[in-house]
Amino acid sequence: MSAPSVLYDAPGPKARGRNVGYTAAFALALLAVAWVVYLKFDEKGQLDWTLWQPLLADGRTWTEFLLPGLLNTLIAGALAIVIALPVGAIFGIARLSDHAWIRTVAGTVVEFFRAIPVLILMIFANEFYFLFTDVPADSRPLYAVVTGLVLYNASVLAEVVRSGILSLPKGQSEAAMALGLRKTQTMLTILLPQAVTAMLPAIVSQLVVVLKDTALGGAILGYEDLLIQYRVISANFANTIPTLIVIAIIYIVVNFALTQLAVWLERWLRSRRRGALTGPDPDMLEEQAPGLDLSDTRKGQPVSA
Amino acid sequence: MDFLSRYDLLGAFWVTVQLTVFSAIGSLVWGTVLAAMRVSPVPLMRSFGTAYINLVRNTPLTLVIIGASLGLYSTLGVALVERESPTFIEDNNFWLAVLGLVVYTATFVCESIRSGINTVPAGQAEAARALGLGFGQTLGIVVLPQAFRSVVAPLASVLIALTKNTTVAAAIGVAEAAGLMKEMIENESDKILVVFGVFAVGFVLLTLPTGLLLGWVAKKMAVKR
Repeated sequence: MSAPSVLYDAPGPKARGRNVGYTAAFALALLAVAWVVYLKFDEKGQLDWTLWQPLLADGRTWTEFLLPGLLNTLIAGALAIVIALPVGAIFGIARLSDHAWIRTVAGTVVEFFRAIPVLILMIFANEFYFLFTDVPADSRPLYAVVTGLVLYNASVLAEVVRSGILSLPKGQSEAAMALGLRKTQTMLTILLPQAVTAMLPAIVSQLVVVLKDTALGGAILGYEDLLIQYRVISANFANTIPTLIVIAIIYIVVNFALTQLAVWLERWLRSRRRGALTGPDPDMLEEQAPGLDLSDTRKGQPVSA
Repeated sequence: MDFLSRYDLLGAFWVTVQLTVFSAIGSLVWGTVLAAMRVSPVPLMRSFGTAYINLVRNTPLTLVIIGASLGLYSTLGVALVERESPTFIEDNNFWLAVLGLVVYTATFVCESIRSGINTVPAGQAEAARALGLGFGQTLGIVVLPQAFRSVVAPLASVLIALTKNTTVAAAIGVAEAAGLMKEMIENESDKILVVFGVFAVGFVLLTLPTGLLLGWVAKKMAVKR
């Protein structure tokens, strides 16, 4: 590539000078913002070592609060994605069924759960378990969080599976038919394995969405996740801001690692298989909306082609 | 069903709608600025855009909104409305929630617009440059207008996701739909299916027409290529 972007020419001497000017101005603006934040933090005593010491220099804060909280977040996230995957696969395949009534039912269910907020599902599940089951009170939030996440994410993954299967070349199912395989055999031994491989990056990206959504269970239902640890820690040390910053960094590190894994998986898959891109764009998974067709979300393609 | 009239259902959904509208406007503006930074010729702006996206997208929205309430307001004492106002606490929580939603949603708007910029054929930008337009002109009058037309559908999805995300404002006590649902479902424990149904239908009514309408607009607007 000769020019860094099609949007502007390779900078000549004048443009380079201008860019240096913009860089300086932008750097000054950022520094000004940082300075205001610093002054505000200083004024309210948020930079005192006594507030940061429990987080940065005391292992007990980590072993007693942060790491168990992170473990709970990961448990809820892992349970949700492990249960949601097969459920989502079933609904995704059902939406491709040859029988109209199966397609309609599966389609309605999937679109319904994509249309309502996951928090509504969690609150309902929590009350439902309280009234109608004898799930012990201390594990009820976990059940409720996982139920809400499964209902929502299964419908998301159903769409991922569906668009993954639809993106496979037609020759695959035609060849299977020519070999005399039945519809179920074609789906289970030919189409689904290929679709799942193509979906891997999307599934990993979905895990990031799931992990972020577990924080709702902490804040609203009192599930002992990573986010909610700020209440205990800041109740002990009156250090809300430092605690929230450290918790945010943990989330960012975990989720960033997962995002990078998804990017790497996608690149690896693309290098294995020359030709058309398969699977939906992992970046578009969070914006789930009823009626959104994931096969339209590939970057660089006009949205309605 | 008459127990429903004891609660201010319409009021709660009206707050949800207001949260959505104000956050949508804010995040559209801030997201477009971020997208412009991410494609700009100034390296520092590009790195800032990338860093912002990576940091904010990987933070839970709940944490962003709780941080706005407990960090910005309770600890640092930054209030977003007049302190003397009789509805200070409600209004302040509402605008803190909007702030959190804008900070978070703008990252998705930015990424949608950036992918929209990629759909504009390189020839458009090249022709603009050949005419002697600078970066601001190329982006502002040639590329972005076309990009916006092709990102109506992704932006509609962001808007619908935003509508659903406003429920997170319940975490800082904004009186919107999810907060009311939690209260109702605890009080009316013999009618939880009705309560769930009412709120589910409420959200379907909010999100489905938006999706259908904007889907139709997207088809109309898309640049035929």
